[in-house]
Amino acid sequence: MTDLTRLTIAEARTRLKAKEFSAREITDAYLAAIDAANPQFNAYVAVTHDRAREMSAASDAKLAKGEGGALEGIPLGIKDLFATKGFHTQAASHILDGFKPEYESTVTANLWADGAVMLGKLNMDEFAMGSSNETSYYGPVVNPWRRGANGVGKPDNKQLVPGGSSGGSAAAVAAWLCAGATATDTGGSIRQPAAFTGTVGIKPTYGRVSRWGIVAFASSLDQAGPIARDVRDAAILLKSMASVDAKDTTSVDRPVPDYEAALGQSMKGMKIGIPREYRVDGMPDEIEKLWKQGIEWLRAAGAEIVDISLPHTKYALPAYYIVAPAEASSNLARYDGVRYGLRVPGKDIVDMYEKTRAEGFGREVKRRIMIGTYVLSAGYYDAYYVQAQKVRTLIKRDFENAYRDGIDAILTPATPSAAFGIADEDMAADPVKMYLNDIFTVTVNMAGLPGIAVPAGVDANGLPLGLQLIGRPFDEETLFRAAHVIEQAAGRFEPQKWW
Amino acid sequence: MSVDLATVKRVAHLARIAVSGEDAERMTGELNTILGFVEQLGEVDVAGVEPMTSVTPMVMKKRQDAVTDGGIAERIVSNAPATAENFFLVPKVVE
Repeated sequence: MTDLTRLTIAEARTRLKAKEFSAREITDAYLAAIDAANPQFNAYVAVTHDRAREMSAASDAKLAKGEGGALEGIPLGIKDLFATKGFHTQAASHILDGFKPEYESTVTANLWADGAVMLGKLNMDEFAMGSSNETSYYGPVVNPWRRGANGVGKPDNKQLVPGGSSGGSAAAVAAWLCAGATATDTGGSIRQPAAFTGTVGIKPTYGRVSRWGIVAFASSLDQAGPIARDVRDAAILLKSMASVDAKDTTSVDRPVPDYEAALGQSMKGMKIGIPREYRVDGMPDEIEKLWKQGIEWLRAAGAEIVDISLPHTKYALPAYYIVAPAEASSNLARYDGVRYGLRVPGKDIVDMYEKTRAEGFGREVKRRIMIGTYVLSAGYYDAYYVQAQKVRTLIKRDFENAYRDGIDAILTPATPSAAFGIADEDMAADPVKMYLNDIFTVTVNMAGLPGIAVPAGVDANGLPLGLQLIGRPFDEETLFRAAHVIEQAAGRFEPQKWW
Repeated sequence: MSVDLATVKRVAHLARIAVSGEDAERMTGELNTILGFVEQLGEVDVAGVEPMTSVTPMVMKKRQDAVTDGGIAERIVSNAPATAENFFLVPKVVE
């Protein structure tokens, strides 16, 4: 019998309907894989064996009657940021110790309504703040990719990061520990880990997916999306995750299209923009080569390639490091030891707050709360926060101008490098070095646009590299269409199994 | 702009995060690195530019001002570290 964990969602969907195997069987195959490998990856912070078996049994009952939703019996991993009623939901933070929500996030409720099965909760950077999954209270996640994979480059056994913040999601998908995963992206947290693990990740347009029941980091930037093994699976998952939700006031009233239908459509007549500002100093040659290769693939598929300018690109990251911490400092004010999670006693209530937050938050989270508090404080608000929001308007305008000139989508590299080592000394010494990981992705959040990362090649060490496509608002279909063309040309990228 | 140790301690108190002298010193360096990085925003000409308030043009959704839920106090306090009779318990705040 084939290893059920190797099937894509699309393949598993067809074969479950044909009753070639049961939902219970594929769920058990994943649970066995998790039990065997999770100690090495640390991708799951909670494995929900009993719930997975209950849900898969319910799926089998439906499938037996010829019923079932779009994801009936498909086992998924859920980022620890999504509220799952009665189950571990702690944003990989110490301060949410023991928190089990009394409610279900809209995204996960949508997935369960479509028949998906929950395998467990996935590790992440604490409160989604990080680009390496090393800020998690539960420790780092290990990337299933190693240098020298599949005979390319010199092999070593050094442990690499899977990226972040959705590092658990990306590692679990790449290591066949779930068929697909939910993730969230505030500055690149879906696309950068997808690029580091050879998986596909899409951050939809702001407002496409409900934020209700997702632990908030920076509310004007946060957006949920899937990480999957291929473009089709990402399209299938996004269709189920997206909805119009009265519980999220920023949820947009637009019907959710059938994203899968966009795959295989022609690129003829489409204009793909290549922004010159993304050619950054010190960019490795292999990233530049990958980008050129991507351009050639899209041109060969019939697209017209147009050089464009997005002049405010270099200001996106610094503006982000004002806007995101400002919103975070406000959102994270609720963790005070009163209503949920950790409480450290103090001599009075303020002392209790201060001790609880000192012990409950990790270093990176504290750093961002401090920056946010500072830039919002009296006397600095205009100089920092208002200035950053004005720059944000200009960043968005750059994209609007490009789209007004007829550009359908923009092609860029996804990250400035391949996956780096766990406990990288340069990154640990300088927080800004770590922040630079998001240099190509953060503009998209600042402008509220959709962006997809699709694997397109490997570097000299055999590690996966990704390209990013940026679309018009609510035009995820064009991204799936173009990403599919790249995937067809580049092929699929899988780590060499060492575990 | 840069921050000194006293400012870091003041901001930590505003953020309700207890910091040791050693923490505050380390944070001063880190925050100054970040503030140094964001400094470049000052060179952007923003004359006549409105600060962004909403990333997608949309009208805020409103709903009927009606009670749609309730009677779930027990569930609301179920995750609290200390409760009594469906109230959150905190250290004494008034003498």
